Formats: sequence, structure tokens, C-alpha cells
Amino acid sequence: MPVTSLHYLFLSLLLFSIGIMGTLMRRNAIIIFMCIELMLNAVNLLLVSFSKMYGDADAQLFVFFIMVVAAAEVAVGLAVIVMMYRKVHSVDINILNRLKH
Amino acid sequence: MDIYSILFWVLSVMAVGCALGVILSRNPVNSVLFLILTFVAISGHYILMNAQFLAVVNMIVYAGAIMVLFLFVIMLMNLNADVEPQKGQMVQLAGVISGGVLFLIILAALKTAATIEVNPTSTDIGLIGNLGKVLFKQYILPFEISSVLFLSAMIGAVVIGKKEPGQDLPRSEEKAVQQ
Repeated sequence: MPVTSLHYLFLSLLLFSIGIMGTLMRRNAIIIFMCIELMLNAVNLLLVSFSKMYGDADAQLFVFFIMVVAAAEVAVGLAVIVMMYRKVHSVDINILNRLKH
Repeated sequence: MDIYSILFWVLSVMAVGCALGVILSRNPVNSVLFLILTFVAISGHYILMNAQFLAVVNMIVYAGAIMVLFLFVIMLMNLNADVEPQKGQMVQLAGVISGGVLFLIILAALKTAATIEVNPTSTDIGLIGNLGKVLFKQYILPFEISSVLFLSAMIGAVVIGKKEPGQDLPRSEEKAVQQ
């Protein structure tokens, strides 16, 4: 059975769904952040497979820019998590529910 | 089954299995290591699709820099012990069901989409020379804007992570104990 574009579509869809499941299931802020990275990578994989399908380099540059934005996001997000750990000595997201009260 | 299909299936099973390991392992350090393996598998897919430059960048930036940053933060907070309180069984079940429903809906919607066979012949669109030409001819403005984004993210990270003077947190610690 030859590999078609649908295979890549479903593989990246599966990785994206696993990322969503992890985001909803876990309470550790760092693990949730890692699941977001996993979702970004699933989208990157899909874009590269589209680039291969159509023989066009634009999608690969989009992947490049997604990586740039993800790197910036990781720097700021980890700084936020470190600050949160300094304030409450935990990375449990259930502590951050003060807007509820 | 040609070599392309075999490599595709091996890398896919590795990527999905390691992604499941990320969300299922109790120890955050194991999660980071599984995520690195997932990125290695995705880089293998890039090489299969003749995107050599992206494969190398993925390995250096993601598996190298970003995951080391994650590992560093986890070690810094001493989180490698299994101290994470679990969500309730119902909440976890709801998470799995909603993710699975999303997967099934998009699967059903795209099942009949047009299939184009991925041609395993080698092309040179993923090589660094071609990508550099496109980047500096058509995408020069986003490239410059992303440098500004990097600068602002760097300054933001430093400002957020700076220790405020006179902050010894007895109050917030008390709150954390209460919770």
C-alpha cells in the first residue's frame, strides 16, 4: 500500500488529538506546555507533507516561522511557570483558580 | 511494501507511541525524554519527505534547545519526584473522550478527501539554498518582524523572570498550604 497524503493527514491528526488529550488530562503546567509543543509539531508535519504534495517551498517556510514563534513562546512561557513556582511553590494549575472566587 | 512505506510505518508508530508516553508517564523527566523521541521521529518524517533543512532545524531547535530548557526548568524546580496530584477519574475520562471525538469527527470528515500519492523521488525544494532564496526574496518582511518578536520575547522573559526585591513570600506559601 503506497503512502498517500491521507496517511500524513491522519498521523498528524492523531498526534494533535493526543496533545489535546494531554492538555485536558494533566494538572502539571509543564506537561500541558509540552502537549502544546506536541500539537505545534503535528501541524508542522502536516504542512511539510502538503509542501511535498504540491512541490512548493512556501509551506516549509511557514514551518520555519512556526518554529520561530514556538521558540519565543517557550522562553516567555517557561519564565511565567518559573515565576508561578516562586509564588506558590507548585506548578499545579488547580491552584490558579482565584478568578473563580 | 517498499522501503519508503516501511520507514513511514516505523516512524509513525514511534511518534504516536512516544506521544502517548508523554501524556501517560507520571514522572515529568520521562515525559520530556519521550517528547524528544517524538521529535526525533518527526525529524525522520521530514527527511523522508526531502525536507532536510527542516529536519536539521527541528533536531537542533526543538530536540536540542527547547527540550533542554524544559529539562532544566524541571530539574530546577526539583519536580522529578512523583508529586503531581491527579485529576479526578471523571475529568480524565472527559479529556480522553473529547480528544477522541475530535479525532473521529475530523477523520470522518476527511476520509473521502482526494488522495495524492506522496512521490518519494528526491526534489530540491527542501534544501537550504532553495529555502534561503525564497525566504529572502518573498518572505523578507516576516523574517524581519520575527527578529523583532525574538527581541521582545527575550526582554519579556528577562522582565518576567526577574526577582522582585523584598519578596519572601510567606503569604503565598501559606495559601499554597491551604489549598
